[in-house]
Amino acid sequence: MYRYDEFDERFVRERVAQFRDQVARRLDGSITEDEFKPLRLKNGVYLQLHAYMLRIAIPYGTLSSKQLRQLALIGERYDRGYGHFTTRQNLQFNWPKLRDVPEILDLLADVEMHCIQTSGNCIRNVTADHFAGVAQDEIEDPRPTAELIRQWSSLHPEFDYLPRKFKIAVTGAEHDRAVIKAHDIGLRLRRHPDTHEVSYEVSVGGGLGRTPMIGKVVRDYLPKDDLLAFLEAIMRVYNLEGRRDNKYKARVKILVHEIGVEEFRRRVEEEFARLDGPSVNADPAEVARIAAYFKAPDYEALPAISRVLEATKAANPAFARWVEVNTIPHKAPGYAALTISLKPVGEAPGDATSDQMRLVADLAEQYSQAEIRVTHAQNLVLPYVRQRDLFAIWQRLGEAGLASANIGLITDIISCPGLDYCALATARSIPIAQAIQHRFADDNRQKAIGELNIKISGCINACGHHHVGHIGILGLEKRGIESYQITLGGDATENAAIGEILGPGLAAEDVPDAIERIVNVYLSERAEGESFIENVRRIGLAPFKAAFQEVAHAVA
Amino acid sequence: MPLLDRNGTKVDAWTRSEGSGIDNLSQALVPWEALTEALQHKTRDQRIGVVIPNNIRIAELKLVLRQLSLIAVSFPAYSDGRGFSLAKLIRNHGFTGTLRASGPLIADQFAYALACGFDEIELPEASAARQPVEQWLKAVGQISHGYQRGYGDSHNILDQRRTARAAGRLAAS
Ligand code: HEM
Ligand code: SF4
Repeated sequence: MYRYDEFDERFVRERVAQFRDQVARRLDGSITEDEFKPLRLKNGVYLQLHAYMLRIAIPYGTLSSKQLRQLALIGERYDRGYGHFTTRQNLQFNWPKLRDVPEILDLLADVEMHCIQTSGNCIRNVTADHFAGVAQDEIEDPRPTAELIRQWSSLHPEFDYLPRKFKIAVTGAEHDRAVIKAHDIGLRLRRHPDTHEVSYEVSVGGGLGRTPMIGKVVRDYLPKDDLLAFLEAIMRVYNLEGRRDNKYKARVKILVHEIGVEEFRRRVEEEFARLDGPSVNADPAEVARIAAYFKAPDYEALPAISRVLEATKAANPAFARWVEVNTIPHKAPGYAALTISLKPVGEAPGDATSDQMRLVADLAEQYSQAEIRVTHAQNLVLPYVRQRDLFAIWQRLGEAGLASANIGLITDIISCPGLDYCALATARSIPIAQAIQHRFADDNRQKAIGELNIKISGCINACGHHHVGHIGILGLEKRGIESYQITLGGDATENAAIGEILGPGLAAEDVPDAIERIVNVYLSERAEGESFIENVRRIGLAPFKAAFQEVAHAVA
Repeated sequence: MPLLDRNGTKVDAWTRSEGSGIDNLSQALVPWEALTEALQHKTRDQRIGVVIPNNIRIAELKLVLRQLSLIAVSFPAYSDGRGFSLAKLIRNHGFTGTLRASGPLIADQFAYALACGFDEIELPEASAARQPVEQWLKAVGQISHGYQRGYGDSHNILDQRRTARAAGRLAAS
């Protein structure tokens, strides 16, 4: 993991002091509420429905045990004993008091954490593949790139007052687990076919919200050394030319859409060619310094398949099932990357209590190099687990209600906070997730359905990624009543796609029925080994629409 | 309107002229629309500054850069960050005169403005009244070093690390 040096340490401490001073200047009237708002947002402090909300940055979703314990402590001392992991790999506290925020920031700084740019019209917390460093399909670890961007984008003098928020995601693998195509900038590390040099494919203009768009490639192979200069060129074009007359049209996706990707690319390349790259880019020694922190741990030499694991699996079907669903093959023989589900049936997706955080921190310390990852699907990962330790981990997770075997399945639902917490919400989303989870709680049924991503947002802003859910659910409000619009065929991976609307909105209580009908179409139409999304792509929307209409008519 | 730079408040030596009429003003600040005409009337020892909107294209501006002693970039609102990029572009195109940020900035933006190449800030009376100059001078030093290379001096963190590395190598050899 990255560790702060003296410069990082001072920077974060000074930022805390600066925020204290900003609060003081707000209180004495030096700055107006209007002027204070972006300052507080840029430090993660939102004003929400019931209270302030504090969003803590977990850069590229990587946490140490020590950091997770500190989050547990903060949750206990300043919140109600839990926190909410978000689709941007961050953690939100829903009930802190404004006056406590500087103290919380101090506690975070003690463990090399902060809330810098977790909100506001600036470059936000950089996200990355949660299996970075351990996935078998990885070309290069994305975290050094993400850390370099974290530093470069922090309090950037030129790009802190952008037209709108700006999100960057990085992946180094073939399979995109970081949803890079739904980000303002998506970076993919890939090898050049001729030179075999690792470089970046750069996409710009993805985003969800009310105008969902898939990012477009502006550079196929950017040499790694040129990263910061190229980012500077993109940001400068956007900062100068992004629309500022209408906040709904201010994201870079709209600029790319309005002038066309060719013209956007031309302007970026022109600026990139003109600016003095060597004076902007990090020198290779700096990149190497950062990369060294992400070196693989010293793995034990182990057989590819652990006999202990096989034996415990054979003796315990529930455990076997959990291993099958919640782990992925690892780069190192005899190891596994384990995803801990924060989606037990009936709980708010992504919530974890302080006790649960402590347990995961302990397990990581004992079994996974004291490292944890947060996934954009709102789960946690122990990236370096020996296969033979899985049984012990499973038992302890089970005691804490954290052993659900549902990663990637129909109950592993992404959901935003919705009307339960969010001031912008038009409908509830957590209760909808819970109702669907109850409907499909049966393990065998989930297994029979296989991989299926449901994503729920409580309003058009799409924090729950509904556009890229295999099944997306959007909560709206029609004449004072919640109404849920269902989309089908979205995809958050390298085959990124925006889902299509199936029909008229439904009442909350009809949503589980509609989902069930959609799933039944798949179960009866699927070919051998065909997943839900493959089936939708092959047979098209029509059969699903027909089934959906039956629900819509029955209730109309 | 109140004016300040990194040393504190300062007196404005420039006189605004609404049109292109610069008569015998020694330092005349004219609007962008009137610049061409003002430059035509300029005498040898007159100095010309221009007030530009923040949506101006650098391609247009760069043609006149060398004839200007001051450029005042307008900030219609503190939240409109175009001026920061414009300043950077103007400096990147070799402008060595005075760069002024003109508008309702807040003290927290002072360091950013300087890093992007501005020399001074011209505030509306109301903003200046709320935010005494001491606040600006304090705010500017709150973050001692940023990470970005190419903004201001070479005290940024990346260059400092580079220097430290070089020193380490020297010591080791
Ligand atoms: C509770 C307070 C929250 C507020 C006020 C809020 C506000 C917003 C708004 C206004 C947008 C639309 C931006 C646009 O289209 O330009 C948005 C998008 C988004 N937010 Fe939130 N959000 C909140 C919570 C969350 C949470 C909890 C998550 C993660 C679970 C999240 C992640 C995202 C993502 C991923 C997007 C859409 C992707 C994009 O286009 O950038 N937000 N949010
Ligand atoms: S999608 Fe809407 S309701 Fe949900 S968190 Fe975002 S802004 Fe709030």
